[in-house]
Amino acid sequence: MRLRTFQRLIVSVAAALASVIALAQAPVEVSFFYPVAVGGPITKIVDGLAADFEKENPGIKLRPIYSGSYQESIAKALTAVKSGEPPVTSILLSTDMFTLIDEDAIVPFDDLVKTPEDTAWLKSFYPGFMENSQTGGKTWGIPFQRSTVVLYYNKEAFKEAGLDPNKPPANWKEMVDYAQKLTKRDASGRVTQWGVQIPSSGFPYWLFQGLAIENGVNLMNAAGTETYYDKPEVIEALQYWVDLVKKYKVHPEGIVEWGTTPKDFFERKVAMVWTTTGNLTNVRSNAKFDFGVAMLPANKQRGSPTGGGNFYLFKKSTPTQREAAFKFIKWVTTPQRAAQWGIDTGYVAVRADAWETPAMKQYVAGFAPAAVARDQLPYAKAELSTHDNQRVTKALNDGLQAALTGTKTPEQALKDAQRESERILRAYK
Amino acid sequence: MTRTKEWLYGWLLLLPAMALLVLFTHYPAVANLWHSFYSTPRGSRQAVFVGVDHYRQLADDPIFWQALSNNLWYALGTIPLSIALALMMAAWVNGRIAGRSVLRLAYFTPTILPMIAVANIWLFFYTPEYGLLEQFLRLFGVPTHNWLGSQSTALPAMMVVAVWKEAGFFMIFYLAAFQSMSPHLAEAAAIEGASRWYFFRRVTFPLLMPTTLFVLVNAVINAFRLVDHVVVMTRGGPDNATALLLYYIYEIGFRFWDSAYAAALTMVLLVLLGAAALAQFLFLERRTHYQ
Repeated sequence: MRLRTFQRLIVSVAAALASVIALAQAPVEVSFFYPVAVGGPITKIVDGLAADFEKENPGIKLRPIYSGSYQESIAKALTAVKSGEPPVTSILLSTDMFTLIDEDAIVPFDDLVKTPEDTAWLKSFYPGFMENSQTGGKTWGIPFQRSTVVLYYNKEAFKEAGLDPNKPPANWKEMVDYAQKLTKRDASGRVTQWGVQIPSSGFPYWLFQGLAIENGVNLMNAAGTETYYDKPEVIEALQYWVDLVKKYKVHPEGIVEWGTTPKDFFERKVAMVWTTTGNLTNVRSNAKFDFGVAMLPANKQRGSPTGGGNFYLFKKSTPTQREAAFKFIKWVTTPQRAAQWGIDTGYVAVRADAWETPAMKQYVAGFAPAAVARDQLPYAKAELSTHDNQRVTKALNDGLQAALTGTKTPEQALKDAQRESERILRAYK
Repeated sequence: MTRTKEWLYGWLLLLPAMALLVLFTHYPAVANLWHSFYSTPRGSRQAVFVGVDHYRQLADDPIFWQALSNNLWYALGTIPLSIALALMMAAWVNGRIAGRSVLRLAYFTPTILPMIAVANIWLFFYTPEYGLLEQFLRLFGVPTHNWLGSQSTALPAMMVVAVWKEAGFFMIFYLAAFQSMSPHLAEAAAIEGASRWYFFRRVTFPLLMPTTLFVLVNAVINAFRLVDHVVVMTRGGPDNATALLLYYIYEIGFRFWDSAYAAALTMVLLVLLGAAALAQFLFLERRTHYQ
């Protein structure tokens, strides 16, 4: 009888101990939202990464949640913040940084960077990508799926027009000259092949930023409190774009749809297009002719905006969750994984040493255009991002579209956009 | 005692419908009105009472006025056309013609298709140079045109999509109405020697009035509610030429995160739709003959 009681005691103590141990080992749950913005089996790749990470880190349970487009993802993340249960980490547009800070939704990474290795890791990313990830001396985002704008050109069309297919336009003047030679008209004067096109639907500001940077200025300050839409250099840049359409007639009229631009290129309706590096895989598998990829042409300097998504850490999470998420972010951005992610998706590998890995070297050796984005990165500048970002950006988008459709002169359009943006940004000074 | 019981019984019967209505219609509307008088809370900054500030801001907001006028043109352009088309299609497929079920199905198909997919298809119809519309027009020597990319044609192009989408849906209601109509009326009219047009004008059309009223209310609501294709095809561009009221509300609310201003805009939409529905019921109801 006594023995029985003793046994029972042992059993219950053991059970209690077991549950304590189990509690201590209960895996940390890290939920993470990610959007998909380019073609390809992205969700499968992300799930694979999560599974590999869990295998190496049994104490952490990673829950990747596919959250739609970038726009839907930020809507979901911010709604989740307001309702109280945001993800621990999320990939969102790098330009959403100020919005997330203003909503008090995220924490900077600085508190988690403790060891010298961490500091070295933080310094390993291309500075061009960090411009959209840091403000006020703190790092709020870690570059992951990033892109820039490049020029794609049809080498066959170049040959037909008597141009050297291995010499893409290096500056604005050459781009106009080439485009004039590449624009073909039929007997009735109808254009059958345009020289060049820069898409202007949805987010024309991004491509326009390339022109502005090439002309010597970016569109905003680093603190996100000022825009420079009506600087003479910016007006000149827009004038150049409008001239391609109206003066030289080498660029399609009206608003050029972003979504159909790759198809316009495959269909040989246009010989040169400006679009994201993210379209590289798409163009590679669909263009039935020899094509080239080049850096954007220079005017006063070379230049392109960066784009794409960063990792953010949400404020409403426990320190253990943040540590776990941080561990994952470091894990997924090692040179090997950054390289593999770039090869699988077409995004630009975010750190220089990723390009030195054997896998990436082999990829570039077999497909040279992949390296163009890398070579352009030293000239890349931050994508337009300010406080109340979407509204300030819309002011510019509206102005650009008004100028391109001819309802306003470039000067008028940009002055109106600047006035509107100043009105919005007054509250943040 | 029995009165109380009956009273209780009645309310219990009403309860499920009322709970849903209050929860998802009345409460949100009132909460929305309430929020429209406060500023948008952002991070650590709490919402403060701002009175009618948002409504004043609204009066000065050129994009709001443009969205409103776009929406009125959109309603004006799509409603009468889609109703007239629906009526004609219904009259046609109601007759004894070969393959009429196939025809009915064909007319109804646009309604079944998801709007986002449809909008993507239309996007390619309208593509300059090699889009379907361009290829067709080229046969007649019409010069190429960027339909969605110029301010004058973008909104009409969107209207065409809406008419195409709506007409088939409304046709179903007219078809049902036609089929419930007694054939004796037509026979009697034929004996009296009434022309087909006269018969339609004096008999068929008045008998269709309840359906027309129903369709009209739906069409008005849809004209202010249908925005999926704007999101896919133009995102309100070029320079707000296709910004409709609901799309603008979405933009303010879920892209700019200015939920309070979005609430004020929503009130405008609510009042507008309420007034339209009321007017339709008050004026048209009198002229409507229910069998």
